[in-house]
Amino acid sequence: METQNQISINKLSKHFPVGGGKFTALKEINLNFVEGEFSGLVGPSGSGKTTLLNIIGSLDSPSEGEAIVLGRAISKLSTKASAKLRKEELGFIFQSYNLLPVYTVYENVEFPLLLLNMSATERKNAVMEALDWVGLIPKIKSKPPQLSGGESQRVAIARAMVKKPKLVLADEPTANLDAENSFHILETMLKLNKDLKTSFLFATHDEKVIKYLKRKISLADGMVAKDEYISK
Amino acid sequence: MIRFIIKGLLRDSHRSILPIIVVSLGVMLTVLMNAWITGVMGDSIEFSAKFSSGHVKIMTRSYAENTAQNPIDLSLSNASELEASLNTEYPDLTWVERITFGGLIDSPDENGETKAQGPALGMGIDLLSENSEEIDRLNIRNSLKRGNFPQNPGEVLISEQFSQKLGVNPGDEITLISSTMYGSMAIANFKVSGTVAFGFAAMDRGAVIADIEDIRLALDMYDATGEILGFFNEGYFDRELADALVMDFNEKYSDPNDEFSPQMVSLTDQGSLSMMVSYAENMTGIIAFIFILVMSIVLWNAGLLSGLRRYGEVGLRLAIGEEKGHIYRSLISESVVIGIIGSTTGTMLGLFFAYILQTKGLDISGMMDDAKIMMPTIMRARITTETYYLGFIPGLFSTVLGTMLSGIGIYKRQTAQLFKELET
Repeated sequence: METQNQISINKLSKHFPVGGGKFTALKEINLNFVEGEFSGLVGPSGSGKTTLLNIIGSLDSPSEGEAIVLGRAISKLSTKASAKLRKEELGFIFQSYNLLPVYTVYENVEFPLLLLNMSATERKNAVMEALDWVGLIPKIKSKPPQLSGGESQRVAIARAMVKKPKLVLADEPTANLDAENSFHILETMLKLNKDLKTSFLFATHDEKVIKYLKRKISLADGMVAKDEYISK
Repeated sequence: MIRFIIKGLLRDSHRSILPIIVVSLGVMLTVLMNAWITGVMGDSIEFSAKFSSGHVKIMTRSYAENTAQNPIDLSLSNASELEASLNTEYPDLTWVERITFGGLIDSPDENGETKAQGPALGMGIDLLSENSEEIDRLNIRNSLKRGNFPQNPGEVLISEQFSQKLGVNPGDEITLISSTMYGSMAIANFKVSGTVAFGFAAMDRGAVIADIEDIRLALDMYDATGEILGFFNEGYFDRELADALVMDFNEKYSDPNDEFSPQMVSLTDQGSLSMMVSYAENMTGIIAFIFILVMSIVLWNAGLLSGLRRYGEVGLRLAIGEEKGHIYRSLISESVVIGIIGSTTGTMLGLFFAYILQTKGLDISGMMDDAKIMMPTIMRARITTETYYLGFIPGLFSTVLGTMLSGIGIYKRQTAQLFKELET
């Protein structure tokens, strides 16, 4: 039986205007991802991994070629439609957590659900479940400034996972964490990947993350240099 | 979602309390400055009103036509009856009788022979009544240069400059030579109780202030008066009210075929006062406009900075899937709430301080110890209808406009760019 692609990238290029000319960040990328992958875009700074992650996350659009994410062609999406895709089916995890500092842990995790017009009871159940996944139920009333870096990133994971998205995009999620916290974070994400079949796509150059990847796509100068599946 | 936003607004002092304080202070200053400028500009008009024109003035029709000549032969008869009617029909004004007259002042030597003479411009006002408001109205007591305030009939004040010209000191006698209401010669002796400084040349050259009853006696003006002045009890000239009053009075009392029938004129109908009132109104408007403009720019920038400070939050909300339009509308809604709360608080504070400055005023007499002249020593603010809503221009509109302009950046920037700014 043929597995359907969750993400299909065909001859995708991305140029940015620089002065009078243009800078090519991505050049004719061809990639496919299936459901449940735990994969990563790996490469040095400037290799194009964040640009590709942004296009997959419908935060940017390709200059040439196409990226089809969960059945939607990114270049053809309106602003509203791309917001809908992010709201309903994608989760984001950032390097610097980006929690809203005046809201509690519970409220930060609840925020994406408010956009989905869920009932208060449904929201509560979903938030408590997500916080349980990351082991932060004792901290639900804490505010971000009272949390450690590791705890903050776990809140960010719960926020990304609370709506049970099909795909989570994580840009350098362990860059601000020490080895022990990175280990806990990655273990948590791996467990969610196994239990919920959520796909994870990382943009990273952190060796700690790379060790966990099941598929490593190396980018260099905006092109795929190597695409390898790693057996564990 | 609304509850979520309100919660954030209440918890984040940078989004709520600080902007509200900034808006409140800006609005308070705008309101207070507007009331103050209106009051101070109005004071220059009030000075003229108190001294000569009243807010409205009643004279006979022919007196009004020759008012520059102070024609006492054209004075109002049965003044007490007319004043009583005015007090009944127009109780919102205080009515006072005054006689302005011309004549010659003769200063005798110890033998009773003429020592010096000079032309005088005289004013008969209520100096001796127990409840006379004229003394305070004209600030006479504070204008005394030498001697005492008149205590008894027959005592007068003369200008300091005039007294020096005549060689007259407090306690000396002077003689007024003038004509009676009926055209015959009038000669009356007075005792100079003190000297005053008026602060303007026409009066300082040769003015005499006497009790109105003494002048009536001297000029044979039984129950007559040159003018009846009306002052609004609020203390300020109101052009619309005055015009309505003039129209009403003249319809009832004035007869175009009778040159001795009373005629009321408004302050703005007298000489160059109309131009002065317009000038004061324009200046008040210009100064208020400049101040509102400055405060608008300040609060607009506050709104702009508040919006720019939240680009990171905007990036996050976009990443989570909130639509640009929804974010933009929520930012504007927040600034509307802040603008309304800030403007209301600022207006109330501004009105509070303006009310204190209106009722108590700022006493500058301490600065004018050496300048004993007949000018107001208390400067006051004045609350008008505009004072109640002017503050909302910078407070609400500028704050919201600033947020709207900063929010346009959300639309102009690529989503990925906002997302990148989130990470910086």
